[in-house]
Amino acid sequence: MEYIIESWDISKKFGDFTAVNSVNLKVPRNSVYGVLGPNGAGKTTLISMLCTILKPTSGRAEVNGYDIVKNAKEVRASIGIVFQSRALDDILTGREHLEMHAALYGVPMDLRNERIEEVLDLIALGDKADEFIKTYSGGMKRRLEIGRGLIHRPKVLFLDEPTLGLDPQTRENIWQYIRKLNQTEDITVLLTTHYMDEADKLCDEVAIINQGQIIRADSPQNLKRELKADTLTLTLDGGETFVEEIKKKEYVKEAYSLDGEIKLMVERGENLIPDVVNFATSQGYVINSIELEHPNLEDVFIKYTGCKISEEGK
Amino acid sequence: MAELEGIYTIWLRETKRYIRYRSRIITSVVSPMLWLIIFGTGLGAAIRFGDIEGGYQIFIYPGIIGQTILFTSIFSGVSVIIDRQYGFLKEILVAPLSRPSIVLGKSLGISTHALIQGVILLILSFVVGVSMTPMIFLASVFIIVLISSGLAGVGLTIASFTDSMEGFNLIMSFIVLPMFLLSGALFPITGLPTWLQAAVYVNPLTYGVDALRYIILGEAVLPLGINILVLIIFAIITISVSAILFSKKEQSLM
Ligand SMILES: Nc1ncnc2c1ncn2[C@@H]1O[C@H](COP(=O)(O)OP(=O)(O)O)[C@@H](O)[C@H]1O
Ligand SMILES: [Mg+2]
Repeated sequence: MEYIIESWDISKKFGDFTAVNSVNLKVPRNSVYGVLGPNGAGKTTLISMLCTILKPTSGRAEVNGYDIVKNAKEVRASIGIVFQSRALDDILTGREHLEMHAALYGVPMDLRNERIEEVLDLIALGDKADEFIKTYSGGMKRRLEIGRGLIHRPKVLFLDEPTLGLDPQTRENIWQYIRKLNQTEDITVLLTTHYMDEADKLCDEVAIINQGQIIRADSPQNLKRELKADTLTLTLDGGETFVEEIKKKEYVKEAYSLDGEIKLMVERGENLIPDVVNFATSQGYVINSIELEHPNLEDVFIKYTGCKISEEGK
Repeated sequence: MAELEGIYTIWLRETKRYIRYRSRIITSVVSPMLWLIIFGTGLGAAIRFGDIEGGYQIFIYPGIIGQTILFTSIFSGVSVIIDRQYGFLKEILVAPLSRPSIVLGKSLGISTHALIQGVILLILSFVVGVSMTPMIFLASVFIIVLISSGLAGVGLTIASFTDSMEGFNLIMSFIVLPMFLLSGALFPITGLPTWLQAAVYVNPLTYGVDALRYIILGEAVLPLGINILVLIIFAIITISVSAILFSKKEQSLM
């Protein structure tokens, strides 16, 4: 079994509204797989079906080789879930959450304490483990939830917007945990996010979802390479006229000046820098700085949908 | 085996939750004592009541125990709504555990809450001057568990239909208060106008209060066997209904 999660035309309708539309997902075993899309794109709905929380309206899916409708219980035993919204009880301690989870998922008695210590270590929560959740910070709660999802050694860990609402430092930490986890355990991570950088830095493969449909799925590198659109940013004296002249170059797809900087859209920008510099010098311009930027996943999203990911999906 | 441990786990969490909210235990003992001491003494002084020694205050003592169980059980059942709002219910519902086991664990937890409160009130029996023997104590505990199991089912059933605590006032006015007033907790259920009599006999709590009154005061309208039978049937029905609802409505509960 090459793919640990696979879906065939899975759809979910709420009344007349189609939240997830014929999605075919293929998640390779042991990867960190991202589902990237704006708010309302259908990420939570998709992940809820895969976790057996929602029943699909049509289509089917398998997780760890089990059908999500017919073998829901086996699917549940093979997965760990961290919901988008918190699922903790204020009046229990961190350790009690882990103990409860171990019991609900039937972790053998003699392994429990060992597993709990292991997980506490991984999520670096050891010294807070016996305090009530109400004293935890947002990042600690998130880490506890991720740790809890691991207690029963699931084959797949689902994370719905794992770093939503967390500060940059904490997000960076959580990314590190997820990476470490993926390297040390036999586990596949499926996460949803609407953060471009999260998908880009963390995921081996990304599926871009908009209005319930997967638009493209590939590695972040491939997705970006496909755009063939690097940006060269120059600062030089006498900008306006230079823009008109450089536009005549065949390799410049687009050129404009913005806030005193000149932006050139080109393909394979790294090979073009010498030519741009030579051209400017020959025309009598002095370049003060030059910078090369590769496209990010936001640009990929814009190319396919015509809108920004940070806006509501249209 | 796994299911049994699941039931135990859910029960354990309910019980920890209950014990850690100390204020709830205190208020739920204080208010019945106020009923007994103020209402019981006040009304008892104003009316000549029956032939029970100690009069009205002693008459309502089993009724007030019934009231406490009623409020606690329904409230604890409905608290599933709070679990849902805080998202914790999801953690339980996605576990590989059958829905009836979840409901059973919950209702055992609720019965435990009611039991703790009932036991406190039984211990405080000396305040109203009711004599308590180990036999009376144990028999009362048995009835308390029966009543609260049935009421837990009612609370859980309501919770599966309600998604916010806004509905809570409605539940208080349309279910809890009528059940209390129509249970014979405050007045004898014999010699009532027919319409009231009918309403009283439809109310399952009536049978619980009558059973407690028999055990504690040796006075009852119905035979103890009938009362126990009604309570058992009531508990089986409400818990089954809530288990079915939890299975059927599983998706909308998460
Ligand atoms: N239970 C529901 N009933 C009706 N519409 C829903 C329900 N759940 C989600 N939706 C709608 O489906 C769409 C996708 O929602 P969701 O999967 O939560 O998106 P995302 O997680 O990507 O932000 C949204 O437009 C949302 O309003
Ligand atoms: Mg979502």
